[in-house]
Amino acid sequence: MVQTLGYLKETPSQTAGPYVHIGLTPNVCDIAGIYPEDLGVAMVGERAAGSRITVTGHVYDGAGTPIKDALIEIWQADAAGLYNSPSETRGTADPHFTGWGRYAVDGASGAFRFETVKPGRVPYPDGRSMAPHISFWIVARGINIGLHTRMYFPDEADANTADPLLARIEHRTRVATLIAAGTPPHYVFDIHLQGEKETVFLDI
Amino acid sequence: MFDRSNQRPETGAFFARDRQWHPPAYTPGYKTSVLRSPQKALLSLGATLSEITGPVFGHSMLGALDNDLIHNHARPGESAIGERIVVHGRVLDERGRPVRGALLEFWQANAGGRYRHKKETYLAALDPNFGGCGRTITDEDGAYAFRTVRPGAYPWPNGVNDWRPAHIHFSVFGHGFAQRLITQMYFEGDPMIWKCPIVNSIPDRAAIEQLVAPLDWGNTIPMDSRAYKFDIVLRGRRSTLFENRREGN
Repeated sequence: MVQTLGYLKETPSQTAGPYVHIGLTPNVCDIAGIYPEDLGVAMVGERAAGSRITVTGHVYDGAGTPIKDALIEIWQADAAGLYNSPSETRGTADPHFTGWGRYAVDGASGAFRFETVKPGRVPYPDGRSMAPHISFWIVARGINIGLHTRMYFPDEADANTADPLLARIEHRTRVATLIAAGTPPHYVFDIHLQGEKETVFLDI
Repeated sequence: MFDRSNQRPETGAFFARDRQWHPPAYTPGYKTSVLRSPQKALLSLGATLSEITGPVFGHSMLGALDNDLIHNHARPGESAIGERIVVHGRVLDERGRPVRGALLEFWQANAGGRYRHKKETYLAALDPNFGGCGRTITDEDGAYAFRTVRPGAYPWPNGVNDWRPAHIHFSVFGHGFAQRLITQMYFEGDPMIWKCPIVNSIPDRAAIEQLVAPLDWGNTIPMDSRAYKFDIVLRGRRSTLFENRREGN
């Protein structure tokens, strides 16, 4: 006999289902009055540092149809590359920027839209610098476990070339699935769940 | 907010996710997953600061009735119809440590199995006094509790005759974005659990049982509410004591 490690198993995921809005953005689905405002609506305070950007896009299924019941969360560093989190030990992030946003895609068009600031660079564990990026997490009916991915910036070609995560993508044609389109400050990031244009999703 | 001044910041990377324990993306018994499942391999790599960090939420944002679904959408002096229950438990990590300050958001159908949502078409009646959402934040022990009515089962368009067992949806924020989790809680003794294609997207019976909350007789409130206990486990963090570090870190 040996000692037991005593680890617990992570609670298994289940789909967010079609009515995720009731729980996470009730004011969007006509359940007003329980919360004064949905969480994650506003990321950027008036006094936040950095250049304002918008990120818009759609989430497409394997038939190329925009998904109309997805919920997206993003998480990113502030303009100086610091996260507004207790686990950030390199400095203190901009108090006027939350770094976290949540958006229920439009029920008719499937479009999403975030108003945020362009993130600064964040180091990889080995000390190399990662290119500016925004972490995405996507849930919806039919998605059994939330999908993690990242958006990188089209105007950061040199930084993207040196980015340790992008460098790990074996099939180089797929790198483009993580790089937004659009023209600064208006970026477009379309996410494809399946098919030829399938976005690179992360097990991270 | 808690006083974390005496605690070292949590900077360890998370344990790798056991993808055999979670449902796979493609589960054809649950038809909507067929076109919404990535087919290419996930890109696996160790967590970076972008995943180790995450937003935190303070108790100050909570309203007095946020954890009381019986009353948070009810007219003054009235309450939601249904079997009154308390759901409580702890949020732990895989090392068994309490996750303090975790934001839990939950949503559910009413006692008749009807959601308050514009896309919902089930013929069961809405309850004017039931909204169906609530939230709370765990305390120093990782503990949480809320009050609600037991949700009803309901039919859904998948197979010709598929029904969801009674369930409550949970969304959980730990301390890192990589811990983000959405799941569902089921009720002990419900025979419909084992007929459900969404439940059965999870391959391992022991993993499904981790989602079934037992009746907690000890915490039942006499003449008021029965209690169900539902503990939630988030990814654990590695100890950082001997991690390779660059000079100066």
